[in-house]
Amino acid sequence: MCCSLKFLMPVMILAVSVAALAQSRPRSYPNLGTPLNPAEIRSFDRMIGPEGKELPPGRGTAKEGAEVFAKRCEICHGKGKDGDNGLLRSLVIGRPGQPYRGTFYGEEKNGPSYYPYATIAWDYINRAMPVPNPGSLTPNEVYALVAVLYYWNGIIRENDVMDEKTLPKVDMPNRNGFVPAVPVYPPEKKPSWW
Amino acid sequence: MGGQSAHAQHVHSERPRRGARYRVDHMTHYTPLQDYAGIITPVALHFMQQHSSEFPEINAQQHRLTIHGLVDRPLSFGVEELKRLPSVSRIHFLECHGNSSPATHGAGDPNMGLPVQYLHGMTSCSEWSGVLLSVLLNEAGLQKEASWLVSEGGDAGKFTHTLPLAKAMEDVIVAYGQNGEPLRVEQGYPIRLVVPGWEAPFSVKYLRHIKVVDQPYMAWNESMNHSVTRPDLGGKARWYHFQFGPKSVITRPSAGLEMLRGYVQITGLAWSGAGVVRKVEVSTDGGRSWKEAKLHAPVLPKAHTRFTFDWAWDGQEAVIQSRCTDQAGEVQPSLAELSKNFAMDLEDWKKTPRPRAIHFNAIQPWKIARNGSISDVLFA
Repeated sequence: MCCSLKFLMPVMILAVSVAALAQSRPRSYPNLGTPLNPAEIRSFDRMIGPEGKELPPGRGTAKEGAEVFAKRCEICHGKGKDGDNGLLRSLVIGRPGQPYRGTFYGEEKNGPSYYPYATIAWDYINRAMPVPNPGSLTPNEVYALVAVLYYWNGIIRENDVMDEKTLPKVDMPNRNGFVPAVPVYPPEKKPSWW
Repeated sequence: MGGQSAHAQHVHSERPRRGARYRVDHMTHYTPLQDYAGIITPVALHFMQQHSSEFPEINAQQHRLTIHGLVDRPLSFGVEELKRLPSVSRIHFLECHGNSSPATHGAGDPNMGLPVQYLHGMTSCSEWSGVLLSVLLNEAGLQKEASWLVSEGGDAGKFTHTLPLAKAMEDVIVAYGQNGEPLRVEQGYPIRLVVPGWEAPFSVKYLRHIKVVDQPYMAWNESMNHSVTRPDLGGKARWYHFQFGPKSVITRPSAGLEMLRGYVQITGLAWSGAGVVRKVEVSTDGGRSWKEAKLHAPVLPKAHTRFTFDWAWDGQEAVIQSRCTDQAGEVQPSLAELSKNFAMDLEDWKKTPRPRAIHFNAIQPWKIARNGSISDVLFA
């Protein structure tokens, strides 16, 4: 709907002109704020984009992930795979060969097969899980958990290895379930809020 | 819940009803829109959606906001430093993207307050004080590839949201004050984003990191809870819903309160993400005829606006409702009009489970029965 060049061109121009506004100006308040060096930035820069450029090295498989899940996740999420969802909504909605694509009705769309990008689960598990010690999983454990979740949901095969190279390339079943593929701002007109 | 006299509510000893719902991964407070006057929501009554079962304990002396990514000068700011920068104080509403959801109608329980509270009480309006985000981004110096930014909160769930840079440079506030107080923990102490006119998930609480990037990052919350598949999009979901449309609701009299014959002041709130409210109309005959309501000053952009309408109830059955027109000339839709946008039949709204429509701004009708009881008839 909005992926045409006609829609994107003004957005690109807008983005460039906005950046130009603030670019390379001298600081107005140089006495406030502390410069950050690259090592400091690396220590907290954990947000992972769609292409997975920021992913750290590591690897994991579904088999390893099932073990991590039992130790670190099952207490809240239940056994997941067998329909026991524990306290939370299901992490497994699809099945091998039949991944779930979401619905307008109902609220059960929390399955990883709804994600447009494979990196989303890695990013969220790495930063926000497990409760109550978020951030305590190693990169290998996170790769393994992502592998088992995607295997249970019918997205990858049991022996597929997830690492910083393979994960961003996982073919997500709902990748085209969102419009516009590249969000635009301002939103399309008529009516402006729709 | 029903049968409480509208008059009895004015007794000063009566406390406002703070509706709440707690789940293992979510805490919600609903603003009692029926229980306060004017446009400023008392801080203690501001709505809250907390994506966890606990609040973070943040030491404000140690808390820092970093700005990094596609900038010339990555910087971090302490809270005290933010308070030394040029400040603004602006009155804006914040509204949950799921406020007024069809799924909530008829789903009340006594802990959630009156219907106008649990149906529409995930909008609130405050005076927010802080520093404009554009000031901080100018200090860091944006690089030419910069087009979006990703904000991360310091809560356990690391609530994360992407924001287009154009909006960030327009009117977004890094807020440390609300209605004259420091932020409370429910509202993101010590600092949060306030993104005026846009759905509240953009307004990240416990703000800790801002990473300037060249594309939307589609963080977990954005991909999951904050996207909804729609029939008008062929069952696909739209990435991001930004600005709220024109909206209004009559807060008194409303469902659960009791009507008395004779003079009654109809009052409510109207707002729009597009700017100021230009006009509010009220109908007392189920939408057949409309009359203009009085707007009370101040009428501010992207803020709640108080309206009143003088009426006398004759004891007959009646349906009252309000309709907002904003400065863009957009008019708040009826349920039938909104259904066309969603490519849905009116009957589809009655299916269970109900559709998960977001940014739901349909006109809200309240039906007054002859015995003076009032009920929600949007889906009746």
